Formats: sequence, structure tokens, C-alpha cells
Amino acid sequence: MSPIVKLDQVYKSFGSNPVLKGVSFEVAKGEMIAIIGASGSGKSTALRCIDRLEHIDRGSIEVCGIRVDDPAIDLKQLRLEVGIVFQSYNLFPHLTVEENIMLALRHVKKQSRSEARETARRVLAQVGLEEKAAAYPEQLSGGQQQRVAIARSLAMSPKVMLFDEVTSALDPQLTGEVLRVMEDLAAGGMTMLLVTHEMAFAKRVADRIIYMHQGKVWEIGPGSMLDDPQTPELRAFLDNGL
Amino acid sequence: MTLYGSFTTTHLLYLVMAIGWTLVLSGLAFVLGSIAGFGVMLARISPRPWLRWLAMLYIEGIQGIPLLILLFIVYFGLSVYGFTLPSLVAAGLAMMVYVSAYLGDIWRGCIEAMPKPQWEASECLAMSRWQTLRLVIVPQALRLSLPPTVGFLVQIIKMTSLASVIGFVELTRAGQVINNTIFQPFLIFSLVGAFYFALCYPLSRWSETMEKKLNVANRQA
Repeated sequence: MSPIVKLDQVYKSFGSNPVLKGVSFEVAKGEMIAIIGASGSGKSTALRCIDRLEHIDRGSIEVCGIRVDDPAIDLKQLRLEVGIVFQSYNLFPHLTVEENIMLALRHVKKQSRSEARETARRVLAQVGLEEKAAAYPEQLSGGQQQRVAIARSLAMSPKVMLFDEVTSALDPQLTGEVLRVMEDLAAGGMTMLLVTHEMAFAKRVADRIIYMHQGKVWEIGPGSMLDDPQTPELRAFLDNGL
Repeated sequence: MTLYGSFTTTHLLYLVMAIGWTLVLSGLAFVLGSIAGFGVMLARISPRPWLRWLAMLYIEGIQGIPLLILLFIVYFGLSVYGFTLPSLVAAGLAMMVYVSAYLGDIWRGCIEAMPKPQWEASECLAMSRWQTLRLVIVPQALRLSLPPTVGFLVQIIKMTSLASVIGFVELTRAGQVINNTIFQPFLIFSLVGAFYFALCYPLSRWSETMEKKLNVANRQA
């Protein structure tokens, strides 16, 4: 089966600082991949390059048949296929939870108000926040805000979901809420690529784990690779992190 | 009826009427200046470098010229080329240009103060730059821009007094006219000053209150 996301020898620098140094990997439809690695290893940059929030210097990225590195790319088309959730939620503070979700449905997908509201209610139910539809983001806990951010992305029916350290800013209890939602999504067959520091979650839920180190894919394999690291770098990372 | 010396109720009524013209000119300058200023702001944050450069040139050029000179250019300058404008129109046009440069710059600052992740979150939902600006950025920046905008409105009201030099009869000019007939400059211009104060002070206080509220909200965020 052809991959839904494919990175081939991707290079990216910020000024004179090389962040990605020939990153290659593929994600199959319905697969859940967890990217782990130390801060500065290039995990988040790789994710941002997939959604074209950063331009790559060399190599190629293909998502759902769209060449992301093509200068003439239709960004709207790409972003209808890819949903991304950030560490800092990035909800729109001037809109209610429901309006946050309805905004792009109304203006990008051109849904009627009632259609958009119906979609919003459905995805809010999916993340267990139906009763918070009329609340403003500032009235929610961090975990609830993150679940709304996930619902907002889901509402657009993307083929691939990217999660960039979505639980890093949350305490353990709130982290649990968000991980449960992500686990449900994975069980539902959503193609997911997540950058995470939650090793136990990655091991339990991910189909494959990518360990990035110094801007390269250092190790790639099933969850069990965390029990038997092949490289001293992954061993050291796991020893420091666990 | 005589109120003080030769100063009568007729003079007082004349001044009160002139307040109306001061407000008309202020409103004209603010509304037209806001419309043009929004365009200047859009150009200033445009992804096209040449448009940003042009907007910057406009802002710096206009901010470097006194309003009085702009009034002379529009009123006296254009009349040389056959465009003789009524003083209200000339004052309105000159002030629109002046106000647009300042409001465009104030609003650019407010737009640029919006966190970059808000732009990114919107773009990641496949919204265009214009949709992001209109539906996500501007509504949030509007709140931030209210105190400086109201603060500048106070300046606009006071600046309308310059229109007196091209013969537009607003509050200052009305004071001059009355003074020319009864020569009681201390009384008349004190009264004119008091009227300006009465117009501007509530707006200044409102602007300060909004600024304080915004600072508190920002501290809590």
C-alpha cells in the first residue's frame, strides 16, 4: 500500500543551524507513529515541515499525493488533508468553543450554520466536551482546551492528524484526558503522527516509534524497541527520561 | 442678554453652534481617516515587499509634515490648479490623510502584537490570509487598539482648531470672530479652552480606563 505521508532525505536549517539532516520515513494509512527524541532533535520541525509551516531546504515531502515541497502547492488543499494540534492549544480566545470549531467549517468548507453546528456538536461529543459548547477557552482547563483543539481539527475531517507535544503543558491528570482521546482516534483508524514525551503511551498505542537524534532518524521500529534499544543514544535517552 | 462685560448669550450660542462644526470635522476626519488608515495598515502588513515599502514611505512622509502644511497644500495648493474646495472639504481631506498615516501605524502595531500561533492555527485550518485577518486577528487586535485609537481621537478633536487658518468656522475660529468684535480675549479663549476640555476629557478618561482594563486582562492571561 502506498504511504500517505512520505519524507525523503529532508534537510532543514534555521540560519546556520541545521535541524533536519536527511530525514526519511513513511507513514501508511491508518498507522499511528510516535516520534520521540530529546529537545532540539528536530521532531517538531519535521512535523511543521509536513504541514508546510516551515519550508524545507532539500529533499521531498509528500502527503496524500500532494508534493509539500512544491513552490506552487495549493496550501488549502494540503491543510484540508492534514490536521495539526499544537502544544499551546492555539484556540481563538474571542470565540466560544463551538464557534472555534464552526469557524473553518463555515468559511472554508462552506457549511451552513446548522450543518457546522451539528458537526461541532458531534466532534465535541467525540472528545467528551459537549456541555462546554458555549464556554470561552479561558473558562476551560488546559486538558479541556487541548481536547477542543483536537475536536476543531477533527471537524475538518483530515486524512492525517499531527500532534506536536500536545500534553507537554499539562499535569498528569489532564494528560490522561487528552491521551484517552488520542487513543480512541487511533483505534478508529485515524492516521496519526505524534511528537511526544509520553513513552508509556507511545509504546502502548503507536504502531511504530521513530527515535530522532541530532536531526536524523536514529532508530525506527515497533513499541518493543523501547525495551531493547539498538543504539547507545536511545538507551541514554530512555535512561534519562524514565 | 449680557453675561459678562460685552459677552452676550448670542456669543455663547455662536460658540455652542461652533462646537457642532468641530464635532462634524472631527467625525469626518476620524471616519475617513479610519477607512484610509485600514487600507494603510493592510498595505503595511502585506506579504508584498513593495506594498509594505510604499505604505512605510506614506506613513513616514505624512508623519513628517505638520498638519497645518497639509491644510495649506489641500486648500491653497489645489486651488492654484483650479480645484477650489470648500473649507470643510479641504480640512476633512487634509485631516483624513494625516489621520490615516497615524491610525494605519497604530493598527499595524496592534496586528503585529497578535501572537504568531494564532495566525498559524488559522492557516492550519485551511483559512486564507484574508480570512485569518478578518475572522481571527482583527477581532482580537480591535480590543488592543481601542485605547490608542480613542486617545488619538482626542488629538483629532484638538487638531481641528488648525482648520481655523483656512477659514473654517469651528470652535477656535468662532472664538476669534467673537474676540474681534468685543475684544475680551481672556474670557473668550478660556471659554473655548473649557469647551475643548469638556469634549476631550471624557474620551481621555475612557481611553485610560480601557487601557487599565486591558493591562489587568493581560496580566491575568
